[in-house]
Amino acid sequence: MSEKMSENKVTIKKGDSVLKGVGITRVFGYGKSRNVAVDKVDFDFHAGEVISIVGESGSGKTTIAKMILGLIGVTEGEMYYNGQPRDISSHKKKKEYWQGIQAVFQDPFSSFNIFNKIDDLLIDCINLMGMKHKSQEEKVEMMTEACSFVNLKYAELTNKYPFELSGGQMQRLMIARIFLMKPKILIADEPTSMVDACSRATILDMLLKLRDEIDMTIIFITHDIGLAYYVSDTVYIMEHGKFVESGSAESVIITPQAAYTKRLISDVPKIHEEWDLSTV
Amino acid sequence: MLHQIKQVFRSPKFIVGFIIFMIILLMAIFYPLISSVGPMQSISKAPFTAPGTYVNIEDAVRDTGGQLTLELPIVENRIEDALTADEKQKMITWLEDNGGVAAGELSADDIETLINTWNSTYDPTLVVQGMLTSAREEYKRIDIRVKSVLSVTGVTIAEQGEDGLEVTGTIDYKRFINVNDVANTFTFPLGADNFGRDVLTELTSAILTSLRVGLIAGLIATAIGLALGLLAGYVGGLVDNLITFITNLFTVIPSFVLLILISNSISSSARGVEVVAMVIGFTAWPWTCRSVRSQVISLRNRDHVNLSKLSGHSMPKIILRDILPYVASYVVMALILQISSGILAEAQLSMLGLGPSTTEVATLGLMMNWSQKFSAWQVGAWWAFLPVILSIAFISFSLNLMNTGLDQVFNPQLRDS
Repeated sequence: MSEKMSENKVTIKKGDSVLKGVGITRVFGYGKSRNVAVDKVDFDFHAGEVISIVGESGSGKTTIAKMILGLIGVTEGEMYYNGQPRDISSHKKKKEYWQGIQAVFQDPFSSFNIFNKIDDLLIDCINLMGMKHKSQEEKVEMMTEACSFVNLKYAELTNKYPFELSGGQMQRLMIARIFLMKPKILIADEPTSMVDACSRATILDMLLKLRDEIDMTIIFITHDIGLAYYVSDTVYIMEHGKFVESGSAESVIITPQAAYTKRLISDVPKIHEEWDLSTV
Repeated sequence: MLHQIKQVFRSPKFIVGFIIFMIILLMAIFYPLISSVGPMQSISKAPFTAPGTYVNIEDAVRDTGGQLTLELPIVENRIEDALTADEKQKMITWLEDNGGVAAGELSADDIETLINTWNSTYDPTLVVQGMLTSAREEYKRIDIRVKSVLSVTGVTIAEQGEDGLEVTGTIDYKRFINVNDVANTFTFPLGADNFGRDVLTELTSAILTSLRVGLIAGLIATAIGLALGLLAGYVGGLVDNLITFITNLFTVIPSFVLLILISNSISSSARGVEVVAMVIGFTAWPWTCRSVRSQVISLRNRDHVNLSKLSGHSMPKIILRDILPYVASYVVMALILQISSGILAEAQLSMLGLGPSTTEVATLGLMMNWSQKFSAWQVGAWWAFLPVILSIAFISFSLNLMNTGLDQVFNPQLRDS
């Protein structure tokens, strides 16, 4: 059963609550250029769950992701991490927070610093996880393991620069990074929208395999409701900075309540069926 | 990195600019080594000595070895050298008006007939009705000059002895000596300036000093602009507002006015080359700051910066590792432009007399200032300012060409199709 969002409030009990937001609001600019990107949304994410936040461009999906990651501040509202109010007031506390929450971004080509070698990226992760003291051999072993998890060979990648890899390889390397850090929560901001169709399924499967292995919560940010249905347990539909509908993937997609959700579903092109562009 | 440097050296514009710049630089470095005089050494007692080789007259007269008699049109050459076209025309006019010569009979090209007619006809005692005394005197002077260059008697050398002058020898008018046999000669390739300094040697030292001024000013301006731009762009918020406010303040006040005010308020005893360079650097940073800031703003929201934050890197490390390399090529270009404008700013300031307050060190601007103060233009001493102007023009031209070449390498959109 889908639940009509009267007060943007959703609570789905499944496992323990890892991340909870109450009245989260983000406002950009002021005066005439004031823009409310995210408007008093509430959410509650649970351990081991795959959540999708679905909406069109400009609906505020990425802003929510960045607030959850602590990359931008929250204008109003309170976030709870592992049941405690989230504290990212200092750099040290942020580092602790980021040990438990990580992200994979949309564009693999801009996710890498092209001036640094691939090894640097992976070693950074090992260092953040408090394993700076480990010997070079141990670090190489960890990196080799992480690369083989995503079907890459570390020996072929070492001393290479990111621009020497394909988009699919880069995105898999991003997942290898997540494998090294084993965070509690992973935010995947349209991780498959810029890779080819063949790599897309591989990357999704790897993410889900990783979820099963380390019991990670995955938050998918996507505009593709079909993908959301395929991967997620819970779906949040976002329009103009608000959650208009949420619930289990089946209930939201099979019996949508909100008009916006229905439109999103009707916009999914289907093979063997004429696509009615007049409704787009 | 190596790949980028290779690409830079494939850009024709960069190569042309680089070659021009290196020629000027190498000349400035190596010419003083082969020059026999110091750049600031006063050689000539007269201001604005024209370019050429000067031989000691006494040495030339006394030299007896290697003397040569040449069959050359010596007298004709002397006349050509002694009389201007205007004076020849005046001679023709006098002869036609007062000497009974038919109009059109004489021409300035047939100098032999003109001189012969002049010698047989001209009468210095003749008082022509209505002719000004000054004009009559001028004709007399022309006559004396014609007579003196026609002299083929040679020169008699006499020396002061106990009983008065004693003739020690004569020099035939057709005698020549080898310049190399004269003990004392000096060549001014570009003449001498008002202080009697060899302009070419002084110019090479001035180019080096001006490049130093440009480099100091450029480094200071780029360092300040880069630091403030990175900070404003990356940190944003209040810091950004504050830095942008200061930058705008500096931008709305024309930097040259600011430069004049600051230079003027520094006492002339403290205004050395380095101080002027620093003053230029401290007023030239706003444009670098603005453009670095806008570049950093577009960079700070890139995924690789976000990822670096998520990897727990501190702000200084992110700025140095994830932002700076991306703006580095731009900063190098800005530095080149700042060096070029630093050299021009020094020249402008010095022209106004607000540059380095010294006559012991030459800069391109100071050389212009001196040539202006000592009326080089009015006395026709082109060698005192033209080489300086060309040096300034070629240095900024080469630096700007290098900058355009770099720009085309780093911004493929700008490449020539």
